[in-house]
Amino acid sequence: MDIFLQQLINGLVLGSVYALVALGYTMVYGILELINFAHGEITMMGAMVSLAVIGALALAAPGLPGVLILGAGLAVAIPVCMALGLLIERVAYRPLRHAPRLAPLITAIGVSIILQNIAMLIWGKQYIPFPAILPQGRHEILGASISDTQIAILVLAVLIMLTLILVVQKTRLGRAMRATAQSRQVASLMGVDVNRVIASTFVIGSALAAVAGVMVSAYYGLAHYYMGFLLGLKAFSAAVLGGIGNLGGAMLGGLLLGLIESFGAGYIGDLTGGFLGSHYQDVFAFFVLIAVLVFRPSGLLGARVVERA
Amino acid sequence: MSVPKVGNLPSSKLDAELTPLLTVSGVSKAFGGLQALSDISLQVNSGEIFGLIGPNGAGKTTLFNALTGLYSIDRGEVRLGSTRLDGRKPHQVLQAGLARTFQNIRLFAEMTALENVLVGRHARTASGVVGAVLRLPATRREEADSRERAHALLRRMGLAQHANRLAKNLPYGDQRRLEIARALASEPTLLALDEPAAGMNPAERAALRELLLQLQADGLTLLLIEHDVKLVMGLCTRLAVLDYGVKIAEGTPDTVSRDPKVIAAYLGDEAL
Amino acid sequence: MSSVPKLNKPQPRWLVFGLLALGLALLPFLVDAGLGRSWVRLLDLALLYVMLALGLNIVVGYAGLLDLGYVAFYALGAYVYAWLASPHFGLHLPFWAILPLGAALAGLFGVLLGTPTLRLRGDYLAIVTLGFGEIIRIFMNNLNAPVNLTNGPQGINLIDPVRLGEFSLSQPHALFGYTFTGVHLTYYLFLLLVLAVIFISMRLEDSRIGRAWVAIREDEIAAAATGINTRNLKLLAFAMGATFGGLAGGLFASFQGFISPESFNLMESIMILCMIVLGGMGHIPGVIFGAVVLTLLPEALRYTGDWQRTLFGQIYIDPADLRMLLFGVALVAVMLYRPAGMIPSARRRQEFADAKG
Repeated sequence: MDIFLQQLINGLVLGSVYALVALGYTMVYGILELINFAHGEITMMGAMVSLAVIGALALAAPGLPGVLILGAGLAVAIPVCMALGLLIERVAYRPLRHAPRLAPLITAIGVSIILQNIAMLIWGKQYIPFPAILPQGRHEILGASISDTQIAILVLAVLIMLTLILVVQKTRLGRAMRATAQSRQVASLMGVDVNRVIASTFVIGSALAAVAGVMVSAYYGLAHYYMGFLLGLKAFSAAVLGGIGNLGGAMLGGLLLGLIESFGAGYIGDLTGGFLGSHYQDVFAFFVLIAVLVFRPSGLLGARVVERA
Repeated sequence: MSVPKVGNLPSSKLDAELTPLLTVSGVSKAFGGLQALSDISLQVNSGEIFGLIGPNGAGKTTLFNALTGLYSIDRGEVRLGSTRLDGRKPHQVLQAGLARTFQNIRLFAEMTALENVLVGRHARTASGVVGAVLRLPATRREEADSRERAHALLRRMGLAQHANRLAKNLPYGDQRRLEIARALASEPTLLALDEPAAGMNPAERAALRELLLQLQADGLTLLLIEHDVKLVMGLCTRLAVLDYGVKIAEGTPDTVSRDPKVIAAYLGDEAL
Repeated sequence: MSSVPKLNKPQPRWLVFGLLALGLALLPFLVDAGLGRSWVRLLDLALLYVMLALGLNIVVGYAGLLDLGYVAFYALGAYVYAWLASPHFGLHLPFWAILPLGAALAGLFGVLLGTPTLRLRGDYLAIVTLGFGEIIRIFMNNLNAPVNLTNGPQGINLIDPVRLGEFSLSQPHALFGYTFTGVHLTYYLFLLLVLAVIFISMRLEDSRIGRAWVAIREDEIAAAATGINTRNLKLLAFAMGATFGGLAGGLFASFQGFISPESFNLMESIMILCMIVLGGMGHIPGVIFGAVVLTLLPEALRYTGDWQRTLFGQIYIDPADLRMLLFGVALVAVMLYRPAGMIPSARRRQEFADAKG
């Protein structure tokens, strides 16, 4: 029971981080039908920038409360990532909006390589530890344990997702986004400034990525210039799993992927009689992803588009 | 070299009423809660031009898609001659002899006009990878034959001068005719045309009319969705009228045009 | 209608071919003299990537199936070669038996992995193929227990070079009074196979099969309605692409003498895709160009150290660190400047025989 509950907690925490990153993929895809391959790298940048700020502050003012330092890190990382998202959209994607479909995918790959290498040049190739500034409390629930950091991640992620849903459903910008996702052309005829909407989508997605980046580095206790790659890959898989273009799908997909991974890692040894160890957790995640897509080609919550002939 | 005849069935208008070619019996199709086709039955006889008309959203294109294997049908049966078509894949339907065009022209945009028609030969040719790589004699013969037929079809459609132009760069009317050429390349017995005159000017319509009559004279059977009532009335031997997925009338243009249900469907109930 | 031979001026064409052949034959010596032995090695590698890119081009460029797991077939070919020609299992079968076997096996896997993806389109296909690629990589990393198949992250060592009798491609040989080193001889072997792959690609492109692939890429529904069995032709594209990938994998294993999962990660798949898109999708000269440029560019960018020294008098940034950054910049710049690729398909190669119908 305790192992089950423990994996459930771990899975939910991990999954909520995936969900935040997946939202960025799914929002951009919903509007542009573009895999923003560089999104994982924006998450990485969020982690790196915030860690730089946090590290500097923790050194300069050791007495400062950890939450305040963390807040400062976020306060710098979020605008930096927003600016990055804006810049990438403007330079690498907007000029190619009418180009062959794969061209923006290649610029996206180019941008990820650039961001990775900039990060490597600035912060080096080594792992950067997350300073011990946060309360290290752990709580016991029915034999499983959950840390303050995990609680904070879960609560914050849920709050952010609720806010995002409110923004998309209730505000003018949200309405414009939904309209643009339906049809860019019609939306612009109706007076929606499509370029602005697309830029806003990138900005919002990047802000979520920045927060997710900080969460990941706090959770694992470190950051690395290459961390965005696998994280982005998994988050994108989560978005596809849920049905890409669908916000609820990204959240569901993220949580599911987190749970699959954590239960996979916890139980795969027992399931296969010790034949496969926990290092197969990624295989597990991908197998589920493939199985879902093969049987539901447009993802769990994706609209089943009847092929118009 | 003579222009090849299209269509396999030798026929004249005399026996048009005698041999059923396409038999649709009790075909139904629903999308979620929407009953797109309910219990449609109709029969197209060999050698005739059969019209399918009805207001927008009546289910004409849905029926086309059901006949040609793009949609699976929920109930009913479709036969071409003695061959069952329902449950077949689109390429099998074409192989059986039913070729089609699309309402919103679906050419292979980045291929030349000639290549588009050559793709139409796919079902009637057989060479595989080995033949293609080694250019075996059989493959060379087949390829030469396909090219000859494709050029003949392009000439017939008045597209010979466009053979090496990309399909997407052709004028609209030429694109429509190229799509017909592509369908004809597969030597169908039944050609289904989804609004072939859409977007054409009067001169182009007249030419299309001539073309369709010629094809009929060659022995081809035609199934035609068309909005231009004048064109349909003057061209078709018989018509079926769909409204909200139901067949509300079938018969000669004369009888159909006097049918009160048809008038109501087209003009709205207040006309009654 | 029957065509008269249209080669009005045959001499220039043969001249071009002759010069090209001579150039390709002399290339490794010129490169060796001008740039050094390590660049000949790179040339060999570039030929391998041309093979891989042409293979993926069948899947992505012709049939329009965005495959991000292509490297899995490359890996499969490499591991098959390593298993059958290294001390790992103590087997040392001859290359002419293993290479076709690895290629065929990869082709078979292409069909196996392709089958479940047939209903998927576009980006969903991309993510599933990517998943397959990752799964295979994870298996390579972990299949050292309970049975040691792959030797895990350490990889397999001491793989036999291509060898015919006593004639091994890993040693220098004196022929016609010249000394041919291993990398030179490898170049000719790879060149021969690349030419074969180019030949096959060209013949397929201009055939019933190639047209059907492009038709599927352009409009799958119209293709099906035009009589194309889309399922079989997609699987054929997967199989052909995978076969070339498997062949390149076997050659890679024999060339390096060592393989590990490191060489077959997702970035490798992405690189090969970049070669195709950057060069000009679906267009053989473009794909070849893209493969050669992207293989050589990162190496060429190592020279940025020298540029820095001449410009600033000292090296500010380690060129090894800088080159991938510049590589990324180049990818973005080229795509912005030429979205259809460096050498896009001039689709309208005039078909002489068809000019007059």
